[in-house]
Amino acid sequence: MSTTLSTHAATRLLRFDAVQRTVHWVNAACFGVLIFTGIPLYFGTFFGVVFPRHEIQEIHLWVGIFLPAPLLVSFVGSWGRRMRRDLRRFNYWSRAELRWFAPGGRGAQRLDKFNPGQKLNALFVGAGIVIMWASGYVLQWFRFFPLSWRVGATATHDFFAFALFAVIVGHVVMALTHRDELVSMFKGSVKAEWAKHHARQWYDEEAVAPED
Amino acid sequence: MDDKAAPPIAKSPVGRRLFLGLVALGAGGIVFGESVQNFASTKLGSGLASLLPGGDHFRIYSVTGSYPRIPTKKYQLEIGGLVDKPMTLSFDDLRALPSIEMVKAFQCVTGWRVPNVSWKGVQLSHLLSMAGVQKGAIAVSFDSYDGTDTESLTLDEAHIPDVIVAYEMYGQTVSREHGGPVRLVVPQMYGYKSLKWLKSIHVADQQVPGFWEQNGYPVNGWLDGWTGPTDPNPNLT
Repeated sequence: MSTTLSTHAATRLLRFDAVQRTVHWVNAACFGVLIFTGIPLYFGTFFGVVFPRHEIQEIHLWVGIFLPAPLLVSFVGSWGRRMRRDLRRFNYWSRAELRWFAPGGRGAQRLDKFNPGQKLNALFVGAGIVIMWASGYVLQWFRFFPLSWRVGATATHDFFAFALFAVIVGHVVMALTHRDELVSMFKGSVKAEWAKHHARQWYDEEAVAPED
Repeated sequence: MDDKAAPPIAKSPVGRRLFLGLVALGAGGIVFGESVQNFASTKLGSGLASLLPGGDHFRIYSVTGSYPRIPTKKYQLEIGGLVDKPMTLSFDDLRALPSIEMVKAFQCVTGWRVPNVSWKGVQLSHLLSMAGVQKGAIAVSFDSYDGTDTESLTLDEAHIPDVIVAYEMYGQTVSREHGGPVRLVVPQMYGYKSLKWLKSIHVADQQVPGFWEQNGYPVNGWLDGWTGPTDPNPNLT
């Protein structure tokens, strides 16, 4: 794309293309709606406010059913090349990346396009979507499942709802405190200088053979 | 699909393992979560367990989207239909009648379950004998102050000793969100049979399916593994 090769004459590198940014923000909006409708469904009353339960339940249900669709669509087809490539990055970890989580383990690595924490976030949210969808399915179409599964699905849906909420709050806090990364999810590109310091391996790869 | 991008450093598919491991954990939670939850509530006591996410915890449902507010001073329970003495009882009238207390699990048809809920109230069978059920009656139906929800029991079911008209839950007047001040409690059946904000009891010669039954739930909402009034249910407390 706009990156000129080998020398990094370009001052900015494309981090997220339009497909990735769109799917990110659609996904984020869905999670937002699911959290805000899930809270009163779980707590009964919320700050003492009695709410139209039925409507909130319907919104939660339909947004939940829709949730995986944008992601799935973003991985297929010619438009999904960057999604697929980033998925490979989430999958493959070097030993150095695993050490990143250990005390004093940060520093020496030449980090990938995503640091190990970001990879972990993506994997957890991805698995979380599968788990919430499956347990939500059991809750909605409970008649087809034995009672013990319904009980288990309720517990699982609740447990991972809390876990996902915590992870998402963490994700938002990190985004708000890391301006370059946040801007790249709006504009698509990051400063080449940023990549040189925070994603050196990706920076070098881009110098040899830029994506797209 | 992107062989050219194969990483130069030795890498392993940690991401896939982690992802599949998490999904397996979730699947295990659905299939075995009940045992885990039971274990947690025996080890921690249900008070602590209820603080855990997904623990023993009431989800408040209402079919109308709002909760009726009925002050105990204004509360009235009508008993009518095929009875010798139709009557209207106030909250204090109910409290003055012989009561029973019981501790039962509350099991919702959708899966959540709260063990050890304590109730106090008047046996439905006592109210029915006060009013005098007439010949030809086979069923009892219930209306709610929410104006929409209805329920029904056969006359036999209505005479199960722990089917009660409850006015206390956990030692206090049943709260508004739990269907107070007075609700039906049918511990042998799924929660939807325990009608909230009980307004009237009507004895009839036919059983009219209630609100949830008209929406596809079984009319006799026996808990799984329980077959009828003569079979003591091991799951109940």
